[in-house]
Amino acid sequence: MAFLDKKSKQAFTDPLSVNNPITLQVLGICSALAVTVKMDTAVVMSLAVIAVLSISNTLIALLRNLIPGKVRIIVQLSIIASLVIITDQVLKAYMYDISKQLSVFVGLIITNCIVMGRAEAFAMQNTPGKSFLDGLGNGLGYGGILIVVSFFRELFGSGTLYGYQVIPDSFYEAGYENMGLMVLSPGAFVILGLIVWVHRISADIEEE
Amino acid sequence: MRSNTYTIVFTSIVTIVLGFLLAVAADALKERQELNVANDMKKNILLSLGFKPAADKIWSSEEIHSLFDKNINAIVLDAKGNKTDKDPKKIDTVKDIENLPIYIKKSGNKIGGYAIPIAGKGLWSTLYGYFAVEPDGRTVKGITFYKHGETPGLGAEVDKLWFQKNFIGKKFVDESDQLVGVKVVKGKVLSDDPKAIHKVDGISGATMTGKGLEVFLLDDLLKYEPFFKAIRGNS
Repeated sequence: MAFLDKKSKQAFTDPLSVNNPITLQVLGICSALAVTVKMDTAVVMSLAVIAVLSISNTLIALLRNLIPGKVRIIVQLSIIASLVIITDQVLKAYMYDISKQLSVFVGLIITNCIVMGRAEAFAMQNTPGKSFLDGLGNGLGYGGILIVVSFFRELFGSGTLYGYQVIPDSFYEAGYENMGLMVLSPGAFVILGLIVWVHRISADIEEE
Repeated sequence: MRSNTYTIVFTSIVTIVLGFLLAVAADALKERQELNVANDMKKNILLSLGFKPAADKIWSSEEIHSLFDKNINAIVLDAKGNKTDKDPKKIDTVKDIENLPIYIKKSGNKIGGYAIPIAGKGLWSTLYGYFAVEPDGRTVKGITFYKHGETPGLGAEVDKLWFQKNFIGKKFVDESDQLVGVKVVKGKVLSDDPKAIHKVDGISGATMTGKGLEVFLLDDLLKYEPFFKAIRGNS
């Protein structure tokens, strides 16, 4: 990415590594627990968040000098909410079965702290280009964790990956059983906790 | 600090623009969404009546459409079980208890089964599905659920094949043709239970979902009882 200056590059890569929205900032946990039972829902949810986050960041950055300070939060919220509703409508029209499984959680992207957080913390102070990259990076950082969590949950909870059976029938005949915990939300907490732990060790982060 | 007028004008413009975009999106996608909902309904009626897509395949929307048109006759009954000429698509199956839609499977000149919509409370949510009856008016042909919000892995097992297969061949009337419904037991149905023919295996960890199902299934069957009673009388 030689065509980007250092700061833009940072806006994109930071949330992918050190400053991950889920593992470091611990934002967006609600949906990370809810939609990660199966990989297909996690992938669609990630795409939806990436789309909403990068577009909302760009739009808000474009308007950042016009938005009156007194009502900035509500203006951000209207833009985000509209984008989420459009995303939900598109999913209902083109990916009906997945949207049925995601049910309320697409709508709940509105309240995903990552989206509001990036709008308020980054897009209000930066150019549209940088804000777009920041949104994209944060979306990918969020989606990456979702996909990792759902990978383990689907593998151990259902014995499948992306709907395809990967644990052979002979294992089940030999007495192997799917882990019921992984299907439920506490399973996501365990996986997420382990990921946060690994991330903090590898990034050498210490709590003050 | 901006003036109040600026703030009001700005927020009005934002609202109008966003509102316009939402209206455009909703209008442009409406047709496809309604098609999806209708297809999903048809798919579940077909599944409950024992139609299955070829192994490892899923039906395309055209296949669903043509299968449904070729094999299913949708009519509306009144509360006494008589046929009416109303359009089943216009009936709200949950609220309307006077008009009862029923989907009849044709196989040649004979009737292959009946599917009725069922809906009611599980543990957390309302479950929606179809319940199919053999042409004798006594035996369960199949059951499907297309919408619910039960716990994944527990109550949500109602939409799994093993649970739904459970119902096939069970009787919802006793020897004297009185409506008894289908009971969802805790654990497995004992093979020496004299009433085993009216019972299905429950889902472990989801007793309340099963109890709810049992109750609303009986309620819905009660609404259609005049119709099925007449069928049993004829056979």
